[in-house]
Amino acid sequence: MQRIGVFVCWCGTNIAATVDVKAVAEAAKSVPGVVFSADYQYMCSEAGQTLIKDSIKEYNLTNVVVCSCSPRMHEATFRKAVASVGMNPYMLEVANIREQCSWVHKDKEIGTPKAIALMKAAVAKATLNTPLTAGNTPVTKRALVIGGGIAGMQTALDIAEAGYEVDIVEKKPTIGGKMAQLDKTFPTLDCSSCIVTPKMVDVGQNERIHIYSYSEVTAVKGFVGQFTATIKRKARYVDEDKCTGCGLCTEKCPMKKVPDEWNMGLGTRSAVYIPFAQAIPKIATIDPNYCMKLNTGKCGICSKVCGVGAINYDAKDEYIDVEYGAIVAATGYEMINLEKYDEYAYAQSPDVVTSLEYERLMSAAGPTGGHLVRPSDGKQPKTIVFVQCVGSRESADSCRGGKEYCSKVCCMYTAKHAILTKDHYPDTDIYVFYIDVRTPGKLFDEFYRRAVEQYNVHYIKGAVGKVTPNKETGKLEVQGSDLILNEQLHIDADMVVLAGALQASETARPLATMLTAPMDTNDFFTEAHAKLRPVESATAGIFLSGFCQGPKDIPETVGQAGAAAAKVIGLLAKDHLVGNPCVSKPNELMCNGCSQCATVCPYGAITYVEKEFRMPDRTTKVRRVASVNPAVCQGCGACTVTCPSGAMDLQGFSNTEIMAEVDALCQ
Amino acid sequence: MQGELIKRACELLEDGTVNRVLGWQKGQFVYDITPAVFTSVEDVKEHFVYNDFCADNLSKYLIKESEKEGKVLVFLKPCDTYSFNQLQTEYKIKRENVYIIGIESYGKVDVEKLRQRGIEGITDIENVNGTLKVSTIYGEEQVPAYEVMLNRCLTCKSKKHVVYDELVGEDGEVVADSGRFDMVEKLEKMTAEERFNFWRGELSRCIRCNACRNVCPACTCEKCVFDNPNSGTQNRGARDSFEENMFHIIRAYHVAGRCTDCGECSRVCPENIPLHLLNRKFIRDINEFYGEFQAGEEVGQMSPVAAYTEHNDVEPSIVQKGGAE
Repeated sequence: MQRIGVFVCWCGTNIAATVDVKAVAEAAKSVPGVVFSADYQYMCSEAGQTLIKDSIKEYNLTNVVVCSCSPRMHEATFRKAVASVGMNPYMLEVANIREQCSWVHKDKEIGTPKAIALMKAAVAKATLNTPLTAGNTPVTKRALVIGGGIAGMQTALDIAEAGYEVDIVEKKPTIGGKMAQLDKTFPTLDCSSCIVTPKMVDVGQNERIHIYSYSEVTAVKGFVGQFTATIKRKARYVDEDKCTGCGLCTEKCPMKKVPDEWNMGLGTRSAVYIPFAQAIPKIATIDPNYCMKLNTGKCGICSKVCGVGAINYDAKDEYIDVEYGAIVAATGYEMINLEKYDEYAYAQSPDVVTSLEYERLMSAAGPTGGHLVRPSDGKQPKTIVFVQCVGSRESADSCRGGKEYCSKVCCMYTAKHAILTKDHYPDTDIYVFYIDVRTPGKLFDEFYRRAVEQYNVHYIKGAVGKVTPNKETGKLEVQGSDLILNEQLHIDADMVVLAGALQASETARPLATMLTAPMDTNDFFTEAHAKLRPVESATAGIFLSGFCQGPKDIPETVGQAGAAAAKVIGLLAKDHLVGNPCVSKPNELMCNGCSQCATVCPYGAITYVEKEFRMPDRTTKVRRVASVNPAVCQGCGACTVTCPSGAMDLQGFSNTEIMAEVDALCQ
Repeated sequence: MQGELIKRACELLEDGTVNRVLGWQKGQFVYDITPAVFTSVEDVKEHFVYNDFCADNLSKYLIKESEKEGKVLVFLKPCDTYSFNQLQTEYKIKRENVYIIGIESYGKVDVEKLRQRGIEGITDIENVNGTLKVSTIYGEEQVPAYEVMLNRCLTCKSKKHVVYDELVGEDGEVVADSGRFDMVEKLEKMTAEERFNFWRGELSRCIRCNACRNVCPACTCEKCVFDNPNSGTQNRGARDSFEENMFHIIRAYHVAGRCTDCGECSRVCPENIPLHLLNRKFIRDINEFYGEFQAGEEVGQMSPVAAYTEHNDVEPSIVQKGGAE
């Protein structure tokens, strides 16, 4: 027979003001199974916990029910308390009489009977509680970081710094990401390359970091502490171990007309290429779409000029399996395709550029060597119109790829573009069309004010309605509305720069599917808790770094990257993980192997095994039954409600326990 | 057609392709058809029956039959093939142990409808181009087959076999305008009270004989929840109207997304309760909320109610509100 103790907390006046706590404790005495009840001002305090512990010893309690705040708040506290005197922590039950009772009611007349009902439900469940023991799983002491931008690099560096091995998988031939393509950074205007390339070198030289560049993760199996990732190493046609990065092949390659993605297509490169001079790893890559040898069988010049014999036209994609304890998503962002925004004539005129393209035009390492010229005729622009929020803050039913959210960094980088342009070419006229200028951040508003006040950038609150390329004058006729002066503006611009919405990388969703990590409708990874666990995915062992979790600027990304690393280190520092025993468990005698539970399991925790059963007539029968991996199961319970046979049950929240609670509430 | 089926069954038994045949045989009366397993050529020749009363869906019998040694031959009508696929999706049938002959079917006869026309004492039935020649102890009657068809056949959803090894007769097409949801629509248009009264009128006749459950190809649990000794619902009739209702509503929930709408539940109900309407309501709702879905159309398809999103995706971030107005 169970011997249950009920402990009613006042929570100061939080509960006691709207619930007659003494009446609840008194009512508990007449509930079958309850042998002791008490109330106390703060049950979570040292004295409150001691009261519980002493009562367990004195009254030989088998179960404890605490009527207090939400179990989210103090269940762990009370579990620890009862465990300290030898009770199984899962024999504790919390009745939430604060958030779900005292806080939502105004007086004791309603609050007290409800608190009593909640107490009775908890006692009913506690009566059926069984001791549960958590299992242990070992941890593989190696982390995988997917994405080699500033987020991925920083996470990898911090993890390596703590002494753990890290692999970075980067789909491009070099790490560095978008930050390496930027010219300067706001609001300090320090050179982006000057701060990111040393970081790339640090990553490249760190003996604990292994870079899989030009590679992709194609499959992930396993669970927290024991993931196995399949990495596809795309054929580079250049032996990574032999290539010295001398660049001779890239000079001699006769195929020079390949659009250079590093320069956002504004320049060209050769078919065998090194993305840029500071690339890490500095290894050439042959672009199979353009290489003549690979496509027609004729050429082979790079192979002839290579002094170390690194070129291999017969290379094939390779797949390797590597084990990891933790995985960090750092897949970053890309700009939405602006071709559907016809009003800005992006597809019609080369002088209408995206901000990232403008970034390359400003960069000393860019296609123009840092000279700001129009892509169409190479002339220096005198009038530039910047358009903000192109595709950002759009309605949800945008059919042009627009996004509902604010891309966060555009206001600041546009101010940066304006200031830098005016700095180099003071005679330039700059107009910025904006909806709102958003500058929350250290030194952000000051920076924006500088653009307006010191550099005389014309900020116009309003939208651009149409950009018409005039073939005769070569100008871009910009028509926009000034909402403050309430007038239409006509500007003959030389260039138009579009601050396109930034979206999660298109690689993010397939990755989320592989990781069984939840995402939102914008394809941003969802945090385990929006406020309190912002760098962890709800899926255990998956961590989030940078833009893949939501729009961020560089310092925020670096900050989050470090936070994700700290969480990874915390995980890898453990030799074993203690699991949550409140996981699903199939009743194999009832399971009919239909597989519905496996299809609803968001974590891939359920597999099927063929098992031999003794039948009532003494024959044996091999049946297919469900098997739950307790290390992967998160205890969400989706399988328990899906199972048509009622064979799946959640330990600690079994169907009979829940029904007992409902029955108690309905009495 | 019976002759043709017997011929093929004997050939397949003789050449060793199969070692037994799952088909139909006469019960006490000719209209009292019952599924049967035949193990020899002689057995088939003597007892195998195929006529317009052979409405039984044989798929469910394959759960047990396909576990045995050797291959079993089975005859499946178009509607039965959907059940077969669904059972295979749920790993209940070993496909490699089954040889399927798909047989064309234009609907089976409801003996009750014959009786309503005063045709009693039936001794034989023959379908000649859509006209039934019914021999009775009182003489021969002729009835257009369409007029005495089972209700489920009047709203046939598909005359196409979704799985077979060989066909006898022609393969048909999916019937686009079967009208099988007309009655569901009618029920939806009722007020809650009218609808409740309709269902009380029907379900109050339930005698808990469990025929619907036992015949249902989707009811394949190792142990039925209604046979749980702790539930208090085991081996007895409903105690009150609540239990009468809940037995069928729970059963409809259990087969939601898996029911192929084969109609066996209503066919076997001795009280003529239109149980298939409960299932059809679910099918219609699934079609509306998640897009057209036919359980059993393909092997391995995911039921929309037991899958996260149409892309077989991770947890949905936004749950769309659904349901009738």
